[in-house]
Amino acid sequence: MGDLRGRLGDAVAALGLPRILIFAFLVLTWLVAALATDLPLPGLLRDSIVRTGQNGVLVLALVPMVRAGSGLNFGLPLGIVCGLAGCVLAMERGLAGAPMLAVATLVSLPCAALAGLGYALLLERVRGQEMMVGIYVGFGAVALASVAWLVAPVTSPDLIWPVGGRGVRYLVAVDSAFAVSISVWRPAGIAALVAVWLGACALVALFSRTLAGASLDAAGQNERLALAAGIPVRRLRRLGVILSTVLAAFGIVIFTHGQGLLPLYKAPLLMALPAVAALLLGGATIARASVWNAVVGTFLFQALLASGLPVVNALVHQSAQSAALKDFPEVARLIVANGIILYALTRKG
Amino acid sequence: MSSGGEEGGGLVLEMKGISKAYYGNRVLDGVDLSLGRGEIVALVGENGAGKSTLMNILFGMPAIRDTGGHEGEIRVGGRPVRIDSPRRALDLGIGMVHQEFMLLRTFTAAENVKLNREPLRPSLLSRALGAAGLGAGGAALATVDRAALREQARGALDRVGLSSLDELARVAGLPVAHQQLIEIAREVDKTGTKVLVLDEPTAVLAEGEARELLDVLRRLAGEGIGILFISHRLEEVLAVADRVVVLRDGQVVESKPARETSVEEVAERMVGRRIEMGERLGRPLAELRTTAPAPDAGDVHLSLRDLAVDMPGETLRGIDLDVRRGEVLGLAGLAGGGKVALANGLLGLHPGRAREATLWGRPLPLGSAAGCLARGIAFVSEDRRGTGLLLDASIARNITVAAMRARRRFLRLAALGPLALVDGAAERAWAREMIGRFDIRCTGPDQPVRRLSGGNQQKVCLARAFTLEPELLLVNEPTRGIDVGAKRTVLESIVERNRRDGTTIVMASSELAELRLVCDRIAVLADGRLAGVLAPDAPDLHFGLLMAGKPCPAQAAA
Repeated sequence: MGDLRGRLGDAVAALGLPRILIFAFLVLTWLVAALATDLPLPGLLRDSIVRTGQNGVLVLALVPMVRAGSGLNFGLPLGIVCGLAGCVLAMERGLAGAPMLAVATLVSLPCAALAGLGYALLLERVRGQEMMVGIYVGFGAVALASVAWLVAPVTSPDLIWPVGGRGVRYLVAVDSAFAVSISVWRPAGIAALVAVWLGACALVALFSRTLAGASLDAAGQNERLALAAGIPVRRLRRLGVILSTVLAAFGIVIFTHGQGLLPLYKAPLLMALPAVAALLLGGATIARASVWNAVVGTFLFQALLASGLPVVNALVHQSAQSAALKDFPEVARLIVANGIILYALTRKG
Repeated sequence: MSSGGEEGGGLVLEMKGISKAYYGNRVLDGVDLSLGRGEIVALVGENGAGKSTLMNILFGMPAIRDTGGHEGEIRVGGRPVRIDSPRRALDLGIGMVHQEFMLLRTFTAAENVKLNREPLRPSLLSRALGAAGLGAGGAALATVDRAALREQARGALDRVGLSSLDELARVAGLPVAHQQLIEIAREVDKTGTKVLVLDEPTAVLAEGEARELLDVLRRLAGEGIGILFISHRLEEVLAVADRVVVLRDGQVVESKPARETSVEEVAERMVGRRIEMGERLGRPLAELRTTAPAPDAGDVHLSLRDLAVDMPGETLRGIDLDVRRGEVLGLAGLAGGGKVALANGLLGLHPGRAREATLWGRPLPLGSAAGCLARGIAFVSEDRRGTGLLLDASIARNITVAAMRARRRFLRLAALGPLALVDGAAERAWAREMIGRFDIRCTGPDQPVRRLSGGNQQKVCLARAFTLEPELLLVNEPTRGIDVGAKRTVLESIVERNRRDGTTIVMASSELAELRLVCDRIAVLADGRLAGVLAPDAPDLHFGLLMAGKPCPAQAAA
């Protein structure tokens, strides 16, 4: 009995009180949904899981850079743009579903590795301000990519503007490898999506148990100690940035297959923010992050959005049909996401 | 006497029975210090003697208040005062010239001298606000009277002998000597400055410049300002001071007119022999040393020619040193002497260069930590929490992190190179062994080192170095800030490593008493140069002289 209580205490300590409270709130939301609204609970749960799987790798992508001591990768859109380029290329070849996913990944990874190297070299020159510079790198990458989409010589009918002309059109539907269509998910599809996400998590966790991973951690935690221990700090910091960018590229390929749409043009501009918020919600800080933080944080953040907001929406619409309150869920989402980021940035390591 | 006032050449400052403890560690013990009108008092002492704590008390630094305040009484101009903030110290007429310049580099000399005390002229806005009954708000909007500012600053600069300096020159490009004098000008320009404290003012100056500064100090004393002068350069001290006060281990051990003492005497009083410590640490070490005689110290293990290291505050300006196989070589010297820079320069933590550096006769490229580790060198940093530890990582990881890469230990599938897996079980097992060997007080190998005491953290650092199984161990300040029990373990393990495993050891320490217990030879550094090499049982006087940068008659063959 005492042992059980001890173990429970350990579990609470491992998870952290904030996360337990959020999870309790989530359960409460599900209860309210089941009892006070006509929202289908299984639908809410399914959406929560799908959104978690869909966003999971993007959140995971932040982990290596934090561990390398370069802070939260607000330049995530750089990797995202590389992943999108892979998707466009694969679709231009007429691929769809799983083959498109595979080819898009294979094409985008080397591209992201190269972009990541350039990004890493830039960050070396602005040591200490990585996060701020990262934001502008992301903005720049999105702007450049927008120009590229406009002039890309694509010919596939899935990609070109309906009226013809040059460039990739604004809204491109993706034939998902997991879902039957945007809103139709079968258990096997969900399982596959979650498996891909958890597989990526396992690989990153395995990496942190290698010599390179251990050295990367040491370099990130204490650069001077790492130097004194003969660890090539700069090289490992570069590796962290490259890994983060590559994972972001893979993350967006998975994301498009969950979402069913290519987030082209300005869509990736602010994509780093929800990812950062999720990781921080999972218990990470600017200086420390684990795969576990990413897994827990993605689930809590996405489940909160996928279940909490529809429930609030339903309650609001039942009580007052005010047009002014219609945007409330979206506003609440922004407040929550940016609030978490602000809070985390004011805390040191 | 106390009500005698300043007019009759009475005391401008009196500190009586000042005591201070940090977390139960007594750093000042009943210190009495007085300063007369126009008197120059020199305050000297080894590192950790309590000089900075005493000055922090005089300036009402928050660090003092936050750690429980101090005991004793302070009188300024005969009146008892409570100095609870630097602001209050300034109001009382106590001026300070810091070791690091507190000047705005992009401002002119004149602007720096008059900073926050600019002469003002009412402006249109301030008049309007004053008319509206907002006089206080109006003052902030008054115009700076630039002509008056220039004129007043000129006067202050002339007073400190900077007549040749253009008062409109920007501080950024000026020689350090001028910056120092501008800082002094600023302090003496404050109306009512009665006490001027200078902390190592000549440390950054060349000899000629230092002489000029001393002249300025004499002139200011002639104007009636009491000057408290902190310096390691004993000759200067005796040349300029009226009285010399020696602090050792938080107590005043000497307070004498400067003309009645000598460099030799002051040096000896500064160093002193800490008998109590020697007794507490000495016996087990002495036993260890006699039961296991020194390994045959013959060949040269590490040879350095003209090694210079740019380490801020500890610059090494070029030394020649041979470390013999199997010896324990101590590096002694005052703070800033450069003793800790040697190891930092070899490993490249601070940029170093040498005409020649060889290990076992083969060239040793400076600046590559990985290269040093590969050639059998291990390093324990003086900066324990900064360079020595991964504070949030486990004890186990802290112990293994260097050997993992440099010796390929604690790995599975080592053939995979960087992708080899860390063998957590082996890591923890080794950590347990080291925890036992060093008597590290902890809950287990997984405990984060942040929560260990300083002594146990130091043992972790030492355990990491030993895990590399070095042939040459460079240790900086191994016992700084740790309790006596841990000190003994640390020193014993270093001696044992040397006597049983034959590891050559170079140990830099501010604790001369410890070096004399542990070392076979002691190299004394002063001002970034090798002042001499002494046997551990050489007289106090010789150590004192070398530390002060003076030649000493009897030296062990280097």
